[in-house]
Amino acid sequence: MSALLRVAGLNAAYAATIDADRLEAWPDFFVDDCLYKITSAENHKRGYSAGIVYADSRAMLRDRVTALRTANIYERQSYRHIVSLPVLGATGADSIAAETPFLVARIMRDGRTDLFASGVYVDRIHDEPEGLRFQERIVVCDSSHFDTLLAIPL
Amino acid sequence: MPDALLPRRPSFPGWTGDLTRVPFWVYSDEALMKVEQDQVFQGPVWNFLCLESEIANPGDWRTTFVGQMPVVVARGDDGSIAAFENRCAHRGALICLDNAGSGAKDFQCVYHSWRYDLRGNLRSVAFQRGVKGKGGMPPGFRVEEHSPRQLRVTILNGLVFGTLSDNTPAIEDFIGPDVLARFERVLGGRKIEIIGRFVEVLPNNWKLYAENARDSYHASLLHLFFATFKLNRLSQGGGLVVSPNGGCSVSETIAPTELDDNSYAGMRSVDDGYRLEDLRLMDVVDEHPDRVRHQIVTVFPNFVLQKTQNAMALRFFTPKAVDRTNLEWIYFGYADDTPEMRKRRLRHLNLGGPAGFVSMEDGCVGGFVERGIATAGNESAIVEMGGDSIASQPTRATEASVRGFWSLWRQVTGL
Repeated sequence: MSALLRVAGLNAAYAATIDADRLEAWPDFFVDDCLYKITSAENHKRGYSAGIVYADSRAMLRDRVTALRTANIYERQSYRHIVSLPVLGATGADSIAAETPFLVARIMRDGRTDLFASGVYVDRIHDEPEGLRFQERIVVCDSSHFDTLLAIPL
Repeated sequence: MPDALLPRRPSFPGWTGDLTRVPFWVYSDEALMKVEQDQVFQGPVWNFLCLESEIANPGDWRTTFVGQMPVVVARGDDGSIAAFENRCAHRGALICLDNAGSGAKDFQCVYHSWRYDLRGNLRSVAFQRGVKGKGGMPPGFRVEEHSPRQLRVTILNGLVFGTLSDNTPAIEDFIGPDVLARFERVLGGRKIEIIGRFVEVLPNNWKLYAENARDSYHASLLHLFFATFKLNRLSQGGGLVVSPNGGCSVSETIAPTELDDNSYAGMRSVDDGYRLEDLRLMDVVDEHPDRVRHQIVTVFPNFVLQKTQNAMALRFFTPKAVDRTNLEWIYFGYADDTPEMRKRRLRHLNLGGPAGFVSMEDGCVGGFVERGIATAGNESAIVEMGGDSIASQPTRATEASVRGFWSLWRQVTGL
């Protein structure tokens, strides 16, 4: 299978996992020593290092899921990710660079559906025998505005 | 002008009780927004404008808002900082159209090219003398008599504040010595560096967030994350300071000394079995000669300085509609941070912001109130925790600083 299709398949599985509320499986898309960050195009361009979510280990991703399940208070909501085809960058022996545009609709418990976020995933993907996993996934949202709160990961 | 065309002060349902009863119409009355713009944001208060370091060089500028008023902040050729309404004196168009810029010699309105200096003074009018002797402004027109409103600017620990009122006291007197000392604690003598900037769009009136930032009572009840990890239980050391004018405050939490704490028995937020897998979220390094782990400073009407563990942020919030507020988060570190400390701040920032473990609930709870009071304009909120005073208290189980906010709000609005 081509690298393009493999990365597209990874993205599709990632989105389906979040949208189907299988958040406990979400950290498994990352290597142990990963970086997951949600930022915005303007922050990214200015080289600002902080994100609204910043996790530099898979354990931190698991902690975030635990917090969402047991500690944080937010109204029931779900996402629908629409993920486009990736544009592949430099490919090494065991790594692939990719950038993939996305849209996320947020569906609230009262029935309202809004376009919650658009942006691009800027990824470094580790190519290992068991499959592809994210070494780094920087979620670069087009806007720096976030409505109400961000609970479920993008 | 006939009386009917003059703006008339709207009448409001009234505030009959004391500060322990806040009538709900204050969060939903459309006409009140205009009064607040005139009396609060353009009144005798200090509005946060930007960091001094954001406009470090002559010709650097930023745009922001004083309430709903668009404002330009710029550094002039002499190094001083000026702020003025982002509104051309001619037809009222915005003068600056971006968030920030640099290298400006002057500002020119795109509509008819009226030109302003870096202090917002009108310097020239295109075709003022007409074309080939025809048209142009009357000979009596003086550019120096026509400029957008200019703010008085002050700088506190590298933060730029502005006011439109001649009656605003010096910022040190406005916030009082105790609040001033907490600014000094975090910012004094330090060069700060912005490391992130995000906007959280809140589905509620701006005052619900102003109250929330002052409300130390809710912190460990709404935010389970704090309580579970003993970051902020009311039984931990700490307290609440309210400025003499009521409008500014400090809430502090001291590092825990006792591991077992039963003061939450029976409440939702008890879960002593909950532990983090990656403890680096909590690896605090004390940077000041005290054991304060969480400090929230508020300045009336709409500014917050926060240090939680090693995460630092400024917040300010401006009304966009009666039930919509833009909350701006500016994350920062010290310019001389080691790489390890900077990474630590990035991890600790997971506690704050729109996705923060202990702040995401603040994004939605104002909306819960806004929706709950949909038909309750004649009813009132109860703000009586800790009695009816607005004095500092050695506990955070109090709503004294919320009452303090309303004390100053009522004073400046006359309501």
